Amino acid sequence: MAETVAVRSGEGQGPEPVGFAYEERPRLLEGLRAYGLIVAMWVRSTMAYRASFVMTTFGNLAVTAFDFLTIVLMFTHVDALGGYTLPEIALLYGVSATAFGLCDLLLGSMERLGRRVRDGTLDTLLVRPVPVLAQVAADRFALRRIGRVVQGLAVLVYALATLDIAWTPLKVAMLPVMVISGAAVFGAVFVCGAAFQFVAQDASQVQSAFTYGGATLLQYPPTIFAKDLVRGVTFVVPLAFVSWLPTLYVLDREYPLDLPQWVAFLSPVVAVAFGALAGLAWRAALRTYRSTGS
Amino acid sequence: MDGFAQEATGAGGDGFGTLEDGFITLDGLEKVFQVRRRAGLLRRERHEVRAVDGISFQVARGEMVGYIGPNGAGKSTTIKMLTGILTPSGGSLRVAGIDPSRERTRLAHRIGVVFGQRTTLWWDLPLRDSYRLMHRMYRIPDGRYRENLDRCVELLDLGELLEVPVRQLSLGQRMRGDIAAALLHDPEVLYLDEPTIGLDVISKAKVRQFLKELNVERGTTVLLTTHDLTDIEQLCRRVMVIDHGRLMYDGSLAGLHEVGESERMLVVDLERELPPIELKSDGSGPGLRAVKVEGPRQWLAFPASASAAPLVARIAAQYPLMDLSVREPDIEAVIARMYRAAP
Repeated sequence: MAETVAVRSGEGQGPEPVGFAYEERPRLLEGLRAYGLIVAMWVRSTMAYRASFVMTTFGNLAVTAFDFLTIVLMFTHVDALGGYTLPEIALLYGVSATAFGLCDLLLGSMERLGRRVRDGTLDTLLVRPVPVLAQVAADRFALRRIGRVVQGLAVLVYALATLDIAWTPLKVAMLPVMVISGAAVFGAVFVCGAAFQFVAQDASQVQSAFTYGGATLLQYPPTIFAKDLVRGVTFVVPLAFVSWLPTLYVLDREYPLDLPQWVAFLSPVVAVAFGALAGLAWRAALRTYRSTGS
Repeated sequence: MDGFAQEATGAGGDGFGTLEDGFITLDGLEKVFQVRRRAGLLRRERHEVRAVDGISFQVARGEMVGYIGPNGAGKSTTIKMLTGILTPSGGSLRVAGIDPSRERTRLAHRIGVVFGQRTTLWWDLPLRDSYRLMHRMYRIPDGRYRENLDRCVELLDLGELLEVPVRQLSLGQRMRGDIAAALLHDPEVLYLDEPTIGLDVISKAKVRQFLKELNVERGTTVLLTTHDLTDIEQLCRRVMVIDHGRLMYDGSLAGLHEVGESERMLVVDLERELPPIELKSDGSGPGLRAVKVEGPRQWLAFPASASAAPLVARIAAQYPLMDLSVREPDIEAVIARMYRAAP
């Protein structure tokens, strides 16, 4: 260590002082800072082509809007789906779509990791002084993905406006909590998927099955799915905590699998636990990275 | 040319890895990859590839070292362990007192890395944006950043390229951009993995000149891998040869030529077709012999350590010489001869 100090104060062998003060900082904060820096740069560069940005964002919004329209169309023929009305399904849909949209906006770039592992360009991220996860997540940040969030929020507002809910303070608090912890659970799935891409380098489709597939699944009431599937998404990949359980609580509906009522409040706890688990998986995976031949 | 290069790069380091306080220290470094190979329809065979197989050396602060070897010798794998990208399978490794794979981000502040094969810049962004991001990411003090950027822009001729997205740059321009990016945070060590690969002669010269000055003026320790022996000749006093993951040679370039008994080639165009030229070695210099004759053109081999000038003078005195050029030996040939020389 003594040597390091000497160098910093300019007493090294070099003719000029080399290097400058470097302090140890908490990794989480460093990661968030780096994420912010990279995202800001991409947003700036996107805004250089404002017209193109506006058009792709509207395109994104339109495509996701059709998604909900199909559900609306379905309800012109039936009055209820699995015992749920259109506004109730809209609430499920809104929560899930907003949570997934938020996560996709913030971490959607991680899908590209597999390619980086395959062609060895991950090397260049590893030689920078900030956490690799932050760099991978912020890489080519696409603000246009905000379209999905806007659409999810619109459906959510529609649901809240038409539903006749007996509001309690707890139910009101539940709304933002379930959207945010939902986004966190999806985020953890993204990170796990990314970690898996170190092992199986073209596994981004497996990840999509859980993320896009999961988001679609959660847009429908649990009553229309097979028990085993519901059990799987509750206990194995805790996607059910994203919207099903908390939304059912808000709607005063029966839970699937005869779960007790209080599990609805577990969603932030599950989100944090699953997030930590994903973090560990990521660390382990990064250590197995073997780069490419040259 | 040889003598000039050696004098110019002799600023830092006083020995060939004999210093006790090695700035970069490798001790029995190993990297073993488990490779699974298809051996039948479903069966897979596992076997080990020892990419780096027990390498030890030390590099003193301010040294400029060439790290050469044929394809697949383990050069890049070594560099990747020195930067913390790969975790060694065995042995120990310290760069500026830091264990790279355990404290990768801490080390990142003190090293600069240039990969000839891939860019560390952001592909879709103008150079200036990439640099700006580096500035914040490495927390480079404003004054220092401006000073370093200005210096790199001037010496590497980047002025007109700053607003151009990286993907639109030519290979040589991109390489210069990459070198600047690796130096903005005043690294103490610079690793260059094939920095002149695919560059034209002018770009190569620019890059070499810049590296030479960097080493002399800033005392930056430089470790470069290359396929181009000219890089080594012009930049490095010390060269290490690696093959099959083992260190084959560690010493001066001249010594390598001796060990490898390598030869340079003098290609001469004569006025007319003549019998093969043969010069015996005498008091004034070494001999040379024709290895190939094609009409008036002859290929003449002579020891790489010898100077070409007296030979050219002797040929010009005896033969009707029209034109000539000197070809450097390639690294593969030198190493191949080295094997034959040392069984």
